[in-house]
Amino acid sequence: MSSEEKQLTLNLKVWRQKDGKDKGQMVDYTLEGVSTDSSFLEMMDQLNEKLVVENQDPVAFDHDCREGICGMCSLMINGQAHGPESETTTCQLHMRKFNDGDTVVIEPWRARAFPVVKDLMVDRSAFDEIIMAGGYVNVNTGNAQDANEILVPKEDADLAMDAAACIGCAACVASCKNASAMLFVSAKISQLALLPQGKLESDKRAQAMVEKMDELGFGNCTNEAECEASCPKGIDISNIARMNREYFKSAVVSKS
Amino acid sequence: MTKKLDGKVPEGKVTEKWDNHRFKMKLVNPSNKRKFKVIVVGTGLAGASASATLSELGYNVDAFCIQDSPRRAHSIAAQGGINAAKNYPNDGDSVWRLFYDTVKGGDYRARESNVYRLAQVANGIIDQCAAQGVPFAREYGGTLSNRSFGGAQVSRTFYARGQTGQQLLLGAYSAMMKEAAKGKVKIHTRREMVDLVVVDGKTRGIITRNIVTGEFEKWAADAVLLCTGGYGNVYFLSTNAMTSNGSAAWKAYKKGANFANPCFTQIHPTCIPVHGENQSKLTLMSESLRNDGRVWVPKKQGDKRAPNDIPEEERDYYLERIYPSFGNLVPRDVASRRAKESVDEGRGVGKTGVAVYLDFADAIKRDGEDAVRDRYGNLFTMYNRITDEDPYKTPMRIFPAVHYTMGGLWVDYNLQTTVPGTFALGEANFSDHGANRLGASALMQGLADGYFVIPYTLGNYLVTENLMTDKVGDDHPEFDKCLKESKDRFSRLLNVKGTRSVDSFHRDLGNIMWERVGMSRNKERLEKAISEISDLRKEFWKDVKVTGTDVGLNVELEKANRVADFLELGELMARDALERNESCGGHFREESQTEENEALRDDDNYAHVAAWEFSGDEQTPIRNIEELSFDNVPLTQRSYK
Repeated sequence: MSSEEKQLTLNLKVWRQKDGKDKGQMVDYTLEGVSTDSSFLEMMDQLNEKLVVENQDPVAFDHDCREGICGMCSLMINGQAHGPESETTTCQLHMRKFNDGDTVVIEPWRARAFPVVKDLMVDRSAFDEIIMAGGYVNVNTGNAQDANEILVPKEDADLAMDAAACIGCAACVASCKNASAMLFVSAKISQLALLPQGKLESDKRAQAMVEKMDELGFGNCTNEAECEASCPKGIDISNIARMNREYFKSAVVSKS
Repeated sequence: MTKKLDGKVPEGKVTEKWDNHRFKMKLVNPSNKRKFKVIVVGTGLAGASASATLSELGYNVDAFCIQDSPRRAHSIAAQGGINAAKNYPNDGDSVWRLFYDTVKGGDYRARESNVYRLAQVANGIIDQCAAQGVPFAREYGGTLSNRSFGGAQVSRTFYARGQTGQQLLLGAYSAMMKEAAKGKVKIHTRREMVDLVVVDGKTRGIITRNIVTGEFEKWAADAVLLCTGGYGNVYFLSTNAMTSNGSAAWKAYKKGANFANPCFTQIHPTCIPVHGENQSKLTLMSESLRNDGRVWVPKKQGDKRAPNDIPEEERDYYLERIYPSFGNLVPRDVASRRAKESVDEGRGVGKTGVAVYLDFADAIKRDGEDAVRDRYGNLFTMYNRITDEDPYKTPMRIFPAVHYTMGGLWVDYNLQTTVPGTFALGEANFSDHGANRLGASALMQGLADGYFVIPYTLGNYLVTENLMTDKVGDDHPEFDKCLKESKDRFSRLLNVKGTRSVDSFHRDLGNIMWERVGMSRNKERLEKAISEISDLRKEFWKDVKVTGTDVGLNVELEKANRVADFLELGELMARDALERNESCGGHFREESQTEENEALRDDDNYAHVAAWEFSGDEQTPIRNIEELSFDNVPLTQRSYK
């Protein structure tokens, strides 16, 4: 059965930064009466409601679905992307994982490609640009044949689904010391390379997406595997190996 | 003055209407398409699929979303699946059956012709998504897998684990990004539509507010597609995302778009129960769980024993008892209402007593824990994370929560609202689900509207209205007027300088809605709701406290704007529920029920759509009507016994 609900008092150290130009700083807050049944973001709501009452500017942070699927929530919590629980987004992290009197340090994703918008909110549009470079199958509406004409071995479909489960939250970038986006990029390249629908363009895709990733200022992979460890969806690092294979293959067959 | 609305349903047999209509509609010459600009508000399934497809055809598209990326739209959270009548399992499905089930499931309050078209184009959606690389579940032979889903007696639901919405949305998003790469779709993130610009009765563009800078912007176009989802967040607690809101639709309403059947809301039976005061939203678990889970409560009131200590003969599997043929798979509204009934009888479970059990013990015994893990692993993990309980060992606790709104902007067969040039797609319109939406049909409708309907009907509008030459730019004074009005509204919100937070008002509104305009409604409570909401709205404008300024990011200000609209929309919902003195689908009026407490329709008086027309602030709106006729699916009382 569930653990009994308790109330916590927390010492929060939160990154506050007015906008992209501001230098920013850590600010201390004490928050009382946090239910262990609350989610981490509900704790943040509680902090904000208190700040509003005290006529202070509430803390800006990204969030939307609060079901762990939209990929909008982020936060470095005590130095860990999405906090201490494995395969869990910040919105699904619950306060029962913390103890009364704990100090909790809350910071934004930090990476050159993700400038801070305000406080804990960062601009992740670089991920959209990478997808724009080739993260799709070129098929217009109306062009499709009957779905069962494309047979896909179950094993491949399952592997593709494993990779496609990526929510684009960018925890992988935030927790990599090189701020590499390889796990994100490889997940998309893998998904499409594993399926017959995506095979036709796989060479071009790998090249275009990797080039775009480099151009946007993401770092390289040095096999630390922090990305995999912090990924809330358990995206496997073997996707990076598959991406590298696709990339080298494309380099070999490249006509340019 | 009540008007009769014309749904512009084409002539002919229901099976031939769409084909005939497609032939009769005017086409835009391929080389002329680039001369048109289309605004798409919202980038969920409907918005992303429409943006991609219109751009492929050659139109210039400006797409707007409230989040930091179009991929975040709340379609992403749909779990269970998408319906289509492929009949791959050879179990008797057909386009006609999907049509029939959807009209009947909607309790005869949807427009037959729209539903038939939906069933007709559904197969093409599956083909399109498969071609995009959506990783649908497969059989060992490589073919697509199907399952049966909420209320259907055939296996017609396609799925991608428990993340079908995510995978379909990422498919539509990738198609849109493919067009963005060509420069034909321009994506504007972190923008909120704050007004619709109408000049001489035609839609000419929108005003947006840039959420990051606080700036107001003008956008001119030849047509505006509202793909902004539903308004379930009027209840404060719902399964919608935090920014899901009704404001874009509400602005359109105020500019003359009729709002249809606002009281038709869907309460989803399988959500994780409320834990306490600070709860910000509710989490839904796919109702596919009901395929294997058995719903029960203790027979005795106030039985506080642990579920596993309650012997079989002291449990009431009430859905199986009341509905022997459908059992745990009865439609959502029925399952939800019965759950609430059990709780009201004092037989609710868990600490709060506001929940019922969903038990997998038998499925685990029958198929093994691994098989159950294979089917529902991610849902069980999610449940465990939120509640700290292990559903493999102890039954889940579930309770209904607001999930989907069948009501929305009134649209004709072409998906056009009563404002020429403003179209509504997906959950934002009202047309296909009647008074109750069947499981796995929301994804189908969003993509049908975007991929296969609007690309045809939009062209017809552009040609018929001569928009090739008849252009209005954003330098027209109406744009400046609308921009100024929006700006003034936001400064008014900032200048109330009251004492109560925006959320506290939203929570109060949510309570009124849940208690009085929730699962079970009656005249007295609805009348009370109308006056309470009106009072709360007045108090809001006197006492709301919005911190910060109008420059730069201000989340409180954004929320205040949305809650101000919800405070008007909530009242309209109550008014609509009050005027519809019958029970149908998700709308249950206590005054209108059978002896067995089932919803009792009144087809003589209410076989119509109620489409509300704005008649000025603080004025009672006008209730217009579109008569519905059922020529193909005979009106019968739903029975799931």
